[in-house]
Amino acid sequence: MAERTLRGKTAIAGIGETTYYKHGQSPDSEFKLALQAIVRACEDAGISPHDIDGFASYGNDRSEAGRLAAALGIKELKFSNMFWGGGGGGVCGAVGNASAAVATGMADCVVAFRSLAQGQYARYGRGTGAPLVAGDDSFIIPYGVMSPAQRFAMKVTRFMHNHGIEQEALRAISIACYHHAQTNPAAVMRGRTLDEAKYDASRWIVEPFFHLYDCCQENDGAAAVIVVPADRAKDTKHKPSYVLACGQGSDHRSAAPVHNMPNYQSSHFGKLAPRLYDMAKLSPADMGIVQCYENFTGGVLMSLVEHGLVKAEEANEFLVPENLLAPSGKMPLNTSGGNLAECYMHGLELVIESVRQIRGTAINQVPRNDAAIIMGGPMVTPVSSLILGSEATL
Amino acid sequence: MSTYYLPEGLPQPSSAPDGLSEPYWQGTRQNKLMIQKCRGCQSWQWGPEWICHRCHSFDVVWEEIQGKGRIYSYEKPHHPVHSALAGHGPYIAVLVELPEYGNVRMLGNLLGDPKQAVPIGGTVEAVFEHHDTATPPFTLVHWKLV
Repeated sequence: MAERTLRGKTAIAGIGETTYYKHGQSPDSEFKLALQAIVRACEDAGISPHDIDGFASYGNDRSEAGRLAAALGIKELKFSNMFWGGGGGGVCGAVGNASAAVATGMADCVVAFRSLAQGQYARYGRGTGAPLVAGDDSFIIPYGVMSPAQRFAMKVTRFMHNHGIEQEALRAISIACYHHAQTNPAAVMRGRTLDEAKYDASRWIVEPFFHLYDCCQENDGAAAVIVVPADRAKDTKHKPSYVLACGQGSDHRSAAPVHNMPNYQSSHFGKLAPRLYDMAKLSPADMGIVQCYENFTGGVLMSLVEHGLVKAEEANEFLVPENLLAPSGKMPLNTSGGNLAECYMHGLELVIESVRQIRGTAINQVPRNDAAIIMGGPMVTPVSSLILGSEATL
Repeated sequence: MSTYYLPEGLPQPSSAPDGLSEPYWQGTRQNKLMIQKCRGCQSWQWGPEWICHRCHSFDVVWEEIQGKGRIYSYEKPHHPVHSALAGHGPYIAVLVELPEYGNVRMLGNLLGDPKQAVPIGGTVEAVFEHHDTATPPFTLVHWKLV
């Protein structure tokens, strides 16, 4: 039986982003933002939007495939797919699902996208306004555990406790993201520098580990990537970024109610990461480009550990700013600023930055740019990760 | 002056229309802490579900337990994300592990000074906070260090 794998069968041929805004500041509607990002990704790939034949998204995106297909005049819609779960858990999964459709011949040109106008709709960082809550929420929300920061903070508290990891490790992650945003014209936080003193003085969102700068922004914008068969990608305008592997899912019962997941102090990548590297036929040491979704810096820390990129017992020594900065750091992290400082585009901006790095066109270009790992949505369920590579990795 | 740990006006717990968690909330009204036990494999289960995740028996019943456990993790939210919490200041939420009942975990507030140091592993017991004048009336389960 032939090996069942995504490795090298598809590639990202085009990337597109709208202007990124602070939440509530987009002059355009969420659906128009989606259209802008998709059209720009098509221009980047050198294809007509009429040639798209599938859509994949996540996070309960409101821009439905059928309406997009009609608005863009898609000739024939062959694939439409939504990755279950909230937040950015599905960011890499959406690219993986698009790749699976293309690799198996279900479709030929699938766009993975995310559109988000929190001004037009509700913000993520607010609690519910409902008078009554039921189900899992009824055991949590009446105790003031409502927002994502509050729902995830206790996982981080316990992880830090178990491994003796200090706040400074989280601070380094935040400083790296803000540092990279300063040279990125697209970054919402460009011009807003962050140093150790400013971080330490920032207010608590949730004690004991979530300062203001440990928490992502909330933004308006849209982003899209175009996935095509590997042989077709060679004929597009830019150097292809091949999909080497996608992993998605979660650990045993990681959505168990009332915080009863057996592996509690986890970002939920423990079982996924070995599958990911197996499919890519690469190891953590091969990853010159490292992009990790920051909902909260504690989630980044656990993701890096669970993907074998940092050892928990070495986190205090390794997670210092100089190791995380491009171009000279040992492991440049979130080189466009990420969710913290570029835009909370639910992680798709991290996939797009990985493609720029592989092409060699990133603003904060890293020297080792053949293989990229992207980790999506730590601590939610399900989560997903992606490994992309240049032609040299095939 | 409210005697409740958190200000009034937060969302109230209610049983889902499917009734799954109804015995838990009814129990709290009578100072009883109820969780699920599987008659198929005798395992404790929390939160509530229609099936035992270990043996897949649907014969999952409710039993009263002793509200004693140890702190597994904690947090002190400062930033208010609900209008009822505006200006309130930090408060403590704890995740409590119950060793006598298969290490199931329950979540509540830790009574006392919000500035107190919270010992992971510290022994706690349940305290019932009755909201009798609410519509409908309900009871929350908090924890205090012993």
